[in-house]
Amino acid sequence: MSDIVERTLTALPGLFLQSQPGGGPAAAKTPFSSRLGGLVRGVTALSSKHEEEKLIQQELSSLKATVSAPTTTLKMMKECMVRLMYCEMLGYDASFGYIHAIKLAQQGNLLEKRVGYLAVSLFLHESHELLLLLVNTVVKDLQSTNLVEVCMALTIVSQIFPREMIPAVLPLIEDKLQHSKEIIRRKAVLALYKFHLIAPNQVQHIHIKFRKALCDRDVGVMAASLHIYLRMIKENSSGYKDLTGSFVTILKQVVGGKLPVDFNYHSVPAPWLQIQLLRILGLLGKDDQRTSELMYDVLDESLRRAELNHNVTYAILFECVHTVYSIYPKSELLEKAAKCIGKFVLSPKINLKYLGLKALTCVVQQDPSLALQHQMTIIECLDHPDPIIKRETLELLYRITNSQNVTVIVQKMLEYLHQSKEEYIIVNLVGKIAELAEKYAPDNVWFIQTMNAVFSVGGDVMHPDIPSNFLRLLAEGFDDEMEEQQLRLYAVQSYLSLLDMENVFYPQKFLQVMSWVLGEYSYLLDTEKPEDVIKRLYKLLMSDSISSETKAWLIAAVTKLTAQAQASDTVERVIQEFTVSLDTCIRQHTFELKHLRENVEVMKSLLPVNKSCEDMVVDASLSFLDGYVAEGLSQGAAPYKPHHQRQEEKLSQEKVLNFEPYGLSFSSSGFTGRQSPAGISLGSDISGNSAEAGLKETNSLKLEGVKKLWGKEGYLPQKESAAGDGAEAPPLPPEVSPSENIDQAAAKRTQAQVLAPSKEEKEKQLLASSLFVGLGSESTVSLLGKPDVISHKFRRKSKVKAAKSGEAASTHNLTCSSLNSLSHVAYEENDYLTALQDGEDTESKDLPLGPELSDSESLSELPLAEKVSDCSLSALSLFADSDMEIFQPPSSAAASLTRDIASASCFLEETAGDMCSGRMEVCSDETVSVSSYKLWKDDCLLMVWSVTSKSGSQLKGADLDIFPAQNFKISEQRGCCLPVMEAGSTKNFQYSLQMEKPFTEENLSGFVNYQMVDTHSVQLEFSVNLSLLDFIRPLKISTEDFGKLWLSFANDVKQNIKISEPQAALPSALKMLQQKLRLHVVDIQGNEGLLACRLLPSTSSLLHCRVHADGLALWFRSSCPALPDYLSYQCQKVMMVGPGI
Amino acid sequence: MQFMLLFSRRGKLRLQKWYVPLSDKEKKKITRELVQTVLARKPKMCSFLEWRDLKIVYRRYASLYFCCAIEDQDNELITLEIIHRYVELLDKCFGSVCELDIFNFEKAYFILDEFLLGGEVQETSKKNVLKAIEQADLLQEEAETPRSVLEEIGLT
Repeated sequence: MSDIVERTLTALPGLFLQSQPGGGPAAAKTPFSSRLGGLVRGVTALSSKHEEEKLIQQELSSLKATVSAPTTTLKMMKECMVRLMYCEMLGYDASFGYIHAIKLAQQGNLLEKRVGYLAVSLFLHESHELLLLLVNTVVKDLQSTNLVEVCMALTIVSQIFPREMIPAVLPLIEDKLQHSKEIIRRKAVLALYKFHLIAPNQVQHIHIKFRKALCDRDVGVMAASLHIYLRMIKENSSGYKDLTGSFVTILKQVVGGKLPVDFNYHSVPAPWLQIQLLRILGLLGKDDQRTSELMYDVLDESLRRAELNHNVTYAILFECVHTVYSIYPKSELLEKAAKCIGKFVLSPKINLKYLGLKALTCVVQQDPSLALQHQMTIIECLDHPDPIIKRETLELLYRITNSQNVTVIVQKMLEYLHQSKEEYIIVNLVGKIAELAEKYAPDNVWFIQTMNAVFSVGGDVMHPDIPSNFLRLLAEGFDDEMEEQQLRLYAVQSYLSLLDMENVFYPQKFLQVMSWVLGEYSYLLDTEKPEDVIKRLYKLLMSDSISSETKAWLIAAVTKLTAQAQASDTVERVIQEFTVSLDTCIRQHTFELKHLRENVEVMKSLLPVNKSCEDMVVDASLSFLDGYVAEGLSQGAAPYKPHHQRQEEKLSQEKVLNFEPYGLSFSSSGFTGRQSPAGISLGSDISGNSAEAGLKETNSLKLEGVKKLWGKEGYLPQKESAAGDGAEAPPLPPEVSPSENIDQAAAKRTQAQVLAPSKEEKEKQLLASSLFVGLGSESTVSLLGKPDVISHKFRRKSKVKAAKSGEAASTHNLTCSSLNSLSHVAYEENDYLTALQDGEDTESKDLPLGPELSDSESLSELPLAEKVSDCSLSALSLFADSDMEIFQPPSSAAASLTRDIASASCFLEETAGDMCSGRMEVCSDETVSVSSYKLWKDDCLLMVWSVTSKSGSQLKGADLDIFPAQNFKISEQRGCCLPVMEAGSTKNFQYSLQMEKPFTEENLSGFVNYQMVDTHSVQLEFSVNLSLLDFIRPLKISTEDFGKLWLSFANDVKQNIKISEPQAALPSALKMLQQKLRLHVVDIQGNEGLLACRLLPSTSSLLHCRVHADGLALWFRSSCPALPDYLSYQCQKVMMVGPGI
Repeated sequence: MQFMLLFSRRGKLRLQKWYVPLSDKEKKKITRELVQTVLARKPKMCSFLEWRDLKIVYRRYASLYFCCAIEDQDNELITLEIIHRYVELLDKCFGSVCELDIFNFEKAYFILDEFLLGGEVQETSKKNVLKAIEQADLLQEEAETPRSVLEEIGLT
């Protein structure tokens, strides 16, 4: 490939010259060194953007000519690149120079090469196609004997490198980890860090080398390796607990000033290193008392040492506080950390104050009293001139909101909201206000008014969940029927008065909410007739500022109200106006309205009052159209084909070459007529609620989602407090506005307050008492968990709860029955075991297994298949090959071995069709030996550990336990403690494993406890390595299903593997994948193969292989983002070493 | 770290380094918005900014603004010190940072790359960073000299 690239590169200038004659040579003659200075000065001197643009464009065209001229030397090219970098920084397009940057990196001397690499790193991004041209240069420079060249190559790799080319450089970089120069080792570690970020599976095999880097004698290399560890521990902290001691030791050394003085920064020892270590410790100690205990001392020391009054010590303190609060709590440390937070909060320096607030926000849920301590400072920050401080304060207040202070806090948030212009802040704040309002609203009026503010400000940018949650709350109602009706009534009244205001414009989303509420609940009004409401809606409909989506909502509301109004002129006018609308959706709704009006009975049954939560029975199969369809077909009409089928047919007709590998599978799926539910047109669904159905059509409408949430099965109440809260927050009379309400609350407290110094002070005190109410000792707060004092005004209706509990009960039943069956199985197995331990005629039991196993089809897909059938014929042969070397009991235990084998084959028998691995000894001492093997069951991984006594003496109470692991769900398969182990006997322990979180490789460890007759008990630890492959099972699906699944998966990875004689290789390659990776071969068509597998319990992944001239193209897809990467890595591994290819 | 921007009081960009892949359009938009926001801040205000879902840490040295974007859980104070360390390094190499030595625009990048790599602090010892830069400079000059001589006598 390198030849081709080089030829391309040398040919390029000539090509450019042909297309662009003139300009080049003249520009090339001018001295280059001063050109950039001139350009910069020129640009700086200019005052208008327009002039700048002119100058830069001029510069760019001269550069374009120069870089493409054949006479341009590399030295000149270097100057050009610097100027191009400058132009590109100012925002002008310099893409014509990209290829020359790559060329410069390839061909230049050191100085030029360095600029070339820099230009590449600034110009290109990770997936830029030109980057591929750089790969060869990087490979060459990595092998260079010149240190500077190696450094440059490592630097560029750590910044940008194409993910798919990592294998090309990986071995070279791995070598560099052993380089004698620390700068090279350090850069190599960072390059591997980069690879870990973009393709974690490709570097997982070098994890052990990272450990070496962590122990490097050079501080810089060690520090660099911490970046990788921080990242890996963030992803999976349980895998690195054993390193806690090392991290603590390193931190101790750093804090104790044991590092070279070079690493001091303003006389603080290696602050960056300290912070990195503190963050790692915080992650490791989270919810883990044993690990946390290891770090208490060093954290205490860090808090104590950081006394210097410099920014950097505060940075360390802040990280310390963070760590102390994230690990398993220790009261002494927490006290000290709280004091530290105090220092931050009270600091006159604004940066520290901000961090103090940030720290408070983090810890306030664990320790609300801290907020109480600093309440006056918090009040001051609330009116701080710097909006950032204000916002952080609001964030803090948001965390301490309860039903008593909600009105004040929400008011403060609304004030800030009205001043904000940035969309991100608005969306964020509006969401929080809506959440607080729904959770803690003290009364209806306040709730509706707050939501009005949310809708008016948040308008069209807010999260769509907000209006749909609000409508859901209104529609479903809550426990108190009276309250519920009052809330609806107040909402209607409030909206009508909002609509009566002249010249006020509301966001479309707000109008949509209004129109839905008015349509549903106007009937509650005593004072106004439906006709009056319709008039207001009509006015809106005729307004220019209304989007057609909102119009659809409005017409839906009018339709609902028409059912209640008798004869209405306004409706007549709506019909006249909109039956000629150009918008088909609106026109359709209007026609529906028109026809419904002609039949009042149908209309009333279709649009019942206050029934929005009830499901309608809809004839989804459209059977009433059968006659019509039959008639059509008999007259020669073509049968209906669903959309995708039509598309497929069109495609297959158009294309000669079909590049979509699964395209054809659809045409055989044979969907015809109305069988496909997707084929039902909603528009003709006349028996449905026309308003609802119509609304569904306007594309971005949320009512579809709303409707779904209302359904009995879909809706889940978020959090329900057990205690009734009606008593806690008595509704205020609707006349009282929120501000009065606050004043009242505050006034009450003033009476209790003694002597306030000044008026301003007094106001602040008032505010404080209303803000921090409910934070004191009366609220139940646990140190570890979040305070759980949520009280809802709007408790969801109990019928939902009943439904839920019914569901829960049935699940419970289910679990019970499955438990029953499980224990039943366990019982049977136990019998088996006893039978075996008698040691009688195991051979004869095993023999009938043979034929059963060998003709079982599923077995042929699993690795080691041959081994199993072997072993069923002659149990000994299982251990006759490789495993024998590992498992070597002393000769006195020969009998036990036989028995062992017998029981092993017993497991094979009970899991006929499942595969097992060879037996491995995991640990042993002079008396016992523990071995284990894996059984790849269809629904889980079964780990079997056998504890075998080697000596003649007796063992007491052998017991085996597995340490809990984060990524697995481990369940023991049977009771496992035998009171006395007979000498030489074997005890088996079975654990079934399920993967909780995908990982690539994990250690599972545990220990065996046994007691000798005359001595104390002995403990033996062991661990086994599990890989993701242990959880991969074949997925048996049809080609059609494959096609459907393929289209539904979003994550894909493509990989090319070079193999010799590709044409002949497909069958053997597929066989290899089938055996080694447990993939199921779905189909083979010509030079393409389809395979499928699933990751336990139920994540599926698909693979498409195609043979082409020089290799095999693999294409993975899955619903899980990490899986394709991992499988691709495994495939590559298998194919590279695979014999016969 | 997500990216680093250096710009003048007048809003002219002096240096930019992106550690996350973004399109040119996004980069331009972010730069424009950030330069505006930061320049509008008053001197007594906090050096941190919340901007979209990122934290911006900035500091002014003479007429030059240094501005870094970090993630929410990163340490703001230590980021300020990263800026300061970079300024110290520039000072050592150029004498004065207030107006970046514009003739050595690329050198400012080389220094940055020796200090921060892929968005992470690569080397915290000032001595080591300077050593790496000097070493590279020295080797380069050696490599360059014979070449220019050859050029002068017209052998290339």
